[in-house]
Amino acid sequence: MTTEQTAKKTVNHRTVAVLMQVERTYRLDSISVPVIKGIDMLVRRACFTVLLGPSGSGKTTLLNMIGCIDKPDKGEIIVANTKVGELTDDALSDFRAQNIGFIFQNFNLLPVLSAYENVEYPLLLAGVSAKKRGDRVPKLLDAVGLGDKARYFPGQLSGGQRQRVAIARALARKPKLVIADEPTANLDSETGAAILALMRQMVDRYEVSFIFSSHDPDVIKAADDTIFLKDGAIHGIRRQGQEVNP
Amino acid sequence: MMTLNLALRNLLRNRRRSLATLLAMAIGSVSILLFGGYSTNINYSMLTAYVQNGGHLQIQHRDFYLYGSGNPTSYGIADYTKILTAIQNDDVLRGMVLVATPTLQFGGIAGNYAASVSRTIIGKGFIAEDINRMRRWNDFNLRSGYPVSALEGSAPDAAIVGTGVARVLQLCDALKIARCPKPEKDQQSDGAPLPDDIAQLSLQETPASAGVAAASPRRIEVLAGNARGTPNVTSLEVIRAEDQGFKELDEIYVMMHLAWAQQLIYGKSPPKVTSITLQLRHSDQIPEALVRLAPILAAFSASQPLAVLDFRALNPFYVQTVQLFDTIFGFIFALIGAIVLFTVSNTMNTAVVERTVEIGTLRAMGLRRAGIRRLFVTEGALLGLSGAVLGVVLALLFSAVVNQLGLTWSPPGGVEPLPLTLRVWGETSMILGTTLGLICIAVLSAWWPAYRAAQLDVVDALRHV
Repeated sequence: MTTEQTAKKTVNHRTVAVLMQVERTYRLDSISVPVIKGIDMLVRRACFTVLLGPSGSGKTTLLNMIGCIDKPDKGEIIVANTKVGELTDDALSDFRAQNIGFIFQNFNLLPVLSAYENVEYPLLLAGVSAKKRGDRVPKLLDAVGLGDKARYFPGQLSGGQRQRVAIARALARKPKLVIADEPTANLDSETGAAILALMRQMVDRYEVSFIFSSHDPDVIKAADDTIFLKDGAIHGIRRQGQEVNP
Repeated sequence: MMTLNLALRNLLRNRRRSLATLLAMAIGSVSILLFGGYSTNINYSMLTAYVQNGGHLQIQHRDFYLYGSGNPTSYGIADYTKILTAIQNDDVLRGMVLVATPTLQFGGIAGNYAASVSRTIIGKGFIAEDINRMRRWNDFNLRSGYPVSALEGSAPDAAIVGTGVARVLQLCDALKIARCPKPEKDQQSDGAPLPDDIAQLSLQETPASAGVAAASPRRIEVLAGNARGTPNVTSLEVIRAEDQGFKELDEIYVMMHLAWAQQLIYGKSPPKVTSITLQLRHSDQIPEALVRLAPILAAFSASQPLAVLDFRALNPFYVQTVQLFDTIFGFIFALIGAIVLFTVSNTMNTAVVERTVEIGTLRAMGLRRAGIRRLFVTEGALLGLSGAVLGVVLALLFSAVVNQLGLTWSPPGGVEPLPLTLRVWGETSMILGTTLGLICIAVLSAWWPAYRAAQLDVVDALRHV
């Protein structure tokens, strides 16, 4: 079966991202380091998917490629029914703005913008009208429990509050997929649990797919799908508690 | 709007660095504007002096400018009154020309026989009333200006000499000239009377009414070749010595009424002049005035080739001085521009390094490379704009303070100190040019860091520590 045929078979209304024979190799001077070795996988719509694996297993690289900020050396990635490998740099930027939200381990909020403005920024990028922005941003801030902190700047917020702002920002454009690279790693366990609960709530509320990497056992428990990675290859997949063939 | 807002906030984020860059730009802008104000004032002062003295345009015999200094009277303009009438009757020129006046210039020797001294001179005959009207021209509202000529309303044989001429002819005491030291070995006058032949000749040319002043200590005799090439002498009563602005002129000029000079040079022949001076309301009317003058002069050029020269052609020193200051101004602008270029570039490069993760985040969120470029270039432009505007404000304040201090300076070749004026206020083109120039340099300096920022790989940028 060709990659094209596999894609047609696997891309359907239940999937948001499909990876087919994806390979990625980093080159450090004259040394080639294969990081992702021929991975086939899919990310289901409105699901909480976790990438699990030891350091150096390729979790972040895989997330970056699904998030369309990195490109595979081989294979094909389809996100939101679009073959992202065929897009130009500008088209890829527009695609990310339209379809993908990001939550970073270090929150990565723009320090010169308030919580409100950080959430508003993706909407400004998309040229959303002031009225619609005025409707949507307060709702999102309320949804993450920061309705009263809208005018606060990131430096005035705690780590957990910053991550809540980052979640609201990631959801601002109503993306199909949110990429989160170890979103609770820099938070204490209590705050991490709260953030996890919030993300879970967002999946259900906005029917958006979350895919993230984590070592946190609580995260793994909360996941719908868990993908085990080792040495750049999938070593196991668990969907809603059931082991499936990689 | 979003980019502008973000750029402004990013600049305010690191206030100390932005302020240092801003001050560097402001100091650069102040330096450029103050020097520009200084050189503009020199330009205007010189232009005003030349226009007050010699008008904007002079109608001369075609060869007078190149060969007239050898024998000015050979290049006289006949029928000059008809030319003046034609100019005054022209509908367009009438509105432009403030003064149209004839002048006769000649070479000769002036002597104070009582003191046994003489020197070569350039004699200039003019209509004093017209010259005084010309001296009121002040299109740039300068604080300095020529004094009114004392020749207006004076006796027909009155003369004004340069202070240098008065010094050499030992007229300082008689004219009560301050700062006029006598030579160490003051040659004692033998008090010998005027030689008989010279006295006879002088008496013939001097009207009876002026003869009573023959014994005056301010009396000088001027010897000149007349239009037929033979020597002629006239006696003049020096009523005042005036600074001519430049030492070289100060030591050579003798000025008298036009009619007296014409009597000396042309005697009973039809009088001529060596030039017709035209002073316009504004210097920018010169091209239009030249167009209007062309047919008028053509009508009078059948027997005498005439030419019109503007004050720039008549005063090459003015053009050279302006060019010199323009060159220095350009050099200073280039130097300061280079400093601004490296300062802003350094600031923007540091900002790019510091905000690498932020750049990665913005790119991940969907901001295109062009958006990143635009953001950093806007920051550079804002720095440039703020620095230049601050510079303009400081330059205006500084120049206002300096102008109130009443400082003076002595121009090269000048004999009297002039008010030191930094002419920044009102020089819109200089202010706008400097501001736009500095903004362009700032944008140019920001372009390379902005380009580098836009080319960053998103993943590498996000990984940056």
